[in-house]
Amino acid sequence: MMRTLVLARNLGERLGGYARRAYPQEACGVLLGKSAGDDRIVISVHQARNLNAERPRDRYELDPGDFLAADEEARKTGLDIVGIWHTHPDHPAQPSATDRAAAWPGWSYVIVSVSCDGVGDVRSWCLSDDRFEEEAIRS
Amino acid sequence: MKTITVRIPTPLRAYTHGADEVRAEGATVADAMRALGDAYDGLLAQVLTEDGEPRQFVNIYLGSRNVRALQGMRTPVAEGDVISIVPAVAGGRA
Repeated sequence: MMRTLVLARNLGERLGGYARRAYPQEACGVLLGKSAGDDRIVISVHQARNLNAERPRDRYELDPGDFLAADEEARKTGLDIVGIWHTHPDHPAQPSATDRAAAWPGWSYVIVSVSCDGVGDVRSWCLSDDRFEEEAIRS
Repeated sequence: MKTITVRIPTPLRAYTHGADEVRAEGATVADAMRALGDAYDGLLAQVLTEDGEPRQFVNIYLGSRNVRALQGMRTPVAEGDVISIVPAVAGGRA
């Protein structure tokens, strides 16, 4: 059965705002929340710096200092880092080979498609047996 | 020997039976990581190369500093220090 990521509408809209402001570069960040069985509930979303200076339009490297700060906040509030989000400017919200090569198990990977016309699809993926499986997003 | 806390990121908690942080002893970051490896099967191979250095997709922080900016794995630790294993998070549309 497909896993579910619960992402409240206002949090999804916040991701869309980050995506539009960063366009045409990729934006990225961290999802804080909790697990409920196989599903994950997002409680807050955080933007991180994209440290990839050479190819910021089609690659991201999430600032580990920002990751650490988000992890600290999660621990203080009894939450976990349950996932990572990033944008695909002018590209579908499907994981690329680059996404797959760098992915870790146990996290939801939310991808936001964005173009000059605005935010497109928002889809979530999770690594399962070394390949990405899509998760349902519910608000 | 100093007792320090090691914070485990979600993707590696399968190796620590779900624990989000564990205790380890040692005088340096390398000592503490070795102790961690002895206590939890399979964890060290995810974090360090065979030479004992952080893998390409892993950062090790002592407090708020990346050990690469300190004395690397030879960085001394003090009682009560916190080591964080920080997965490198990357990707992109192409």
